[in-house]
Amino acid sequence: MTMKKDYEDIPGTFVFDADRARVGYHLNQFCISLGKAAGRDAFKADPEGYLARYPMSEEQKQAVRDRDWNRMLELGGNIYYTSKLAAFDGINFQNLAGLMTGMGVEPYREMMLNGGRSIEGNRYKSEWEEE
Amino acid sequence: MARITAGVGCSHVPAIGIAMDTGKTEEEYWKPVFAGFEKSREWMAKAKPDVIFLVYNDHCTAFDSSIIPTFALGCAPEFQPADEGWGPRPVPVVKNHPVLASHIAQSLILDEFDITIMNEMEVDHGLTVPLSVMYGQPEEWPALVIPLAVNVVMYPAPTGNRCYQLGKAIRRAVESFDEDLNVVIFGTGGMSHQLQYKRAGLINPEWDQAFLDRLTSDPVGLSQMPHVEYLREAGSEGVEMVMWHVMRGALDDDVTEVHRHYHVPASNTAVGHIILENKV
Repeated sequence: MTMKKDYEDIPGTFVFDADRARVGYHLNQFCISLGKAAGRDAFKADPEGYLARYPMSEEQKQAVRDRDWNRMLELGGNIYYTSKLAAFDGINFQNLAGLMTGMGVEPYREMMLNGGRSIEGNRYKSEWEEE
Repeated sequence: MARITAGVGCSHVPAIGIAMDTGKTEEEYWKPVFAGFEKSREWMAKAKPDVIFLVYNDHCTAFDSSIIPTFALGCAPEFQPADEGWGPRPVPVVKNHPVLASHIAQSLILDEFDITIMNEMEVDHGLTVPLSVMYGQPEEWPALVIPLAVNVVMYPAPTGNRCYQLGKAIRRAVESFDEDLNVVIFGTGGMSHQLQYKRAGLINPEWDQAFLDRLTSDPVGLSQMPHVEYLREAGSEGVEMVMWHVMRGALDDDVTEVHRHYHVPASNTAVGHIILENKV
């Protein structure tokens, strides 16, 4: 029997469940290693060599090379992990959100100052045209 | 006998810690965030807890994907602030009451909460930011701190009901400890926020305020809320708020709300804060 996932109709959201954690395991372990200075130094010195230490899929590696933040999430990445790669690049949480939403950094910051994204129209995928 | 006298609910946004550490608290953006904690610091000075039982979540700092305990209790003598990718926070070392922590560990397991025991652990912003907003920037933290790390990063987090029942078990554990100690329990995280993907930036102030209201008026009903409601209404990272039920469960059924603070935004997040006291 398949477990029903009652959260899959939420738009623009990946719920990092056990299935996603399994698929994204090596990608996330790579990202979290950048939380420590030794990992950051090694990745800086030899990006490809460092990536090769983690048995990720080629798609996952390419998403890292491209800094394609949404693609990483689609391939099992989780924001608390990918944010370490962002921090490595000097990108903080808010600016990372600006990139993932496609809004850009300044318009996103402006939206947050004005109270954030409203819940209205953002509860169900059926409310979003594109999904 | 040790007693839990009050509970604190509090967001733990990392940017709040960075603002304090880099001297930005007087900037226009941050002023209203910190103004709401002035009364809290006065309250802490009067409440003078000997021990803070601090429920928080680790953000892949002590636990990466290789080991994911649902509940992990800090039993080490002390806990160093961790490097989370931008260097460790310049805050005091967190000191435990290890004898009480060991007592709680034993009591909880015999009470059928099969927690993980941490004899070595670094602590991240999830634990240190609530201490910073409640105490400011002292040389040493004025209270001993027992950390309880709850998994809310990988779905599913423990249910609200499980957290609420754990709070009751923590209370039983504390009250069976002989030393005369004033214990305040913190539940941290939230409020509404989504950090990831295309719906990032979600904020739901009506939902957040109703959550704060029901903590006092309907804690049992609130603890029954299914995860999908947090995820949908308060954002994917809003599910952190299950940790507030541990705090609430450890208090009396009937409590007094003595302070509340709510502000949008701090970075991507709605800042929520409440202080609840047991009626003596």
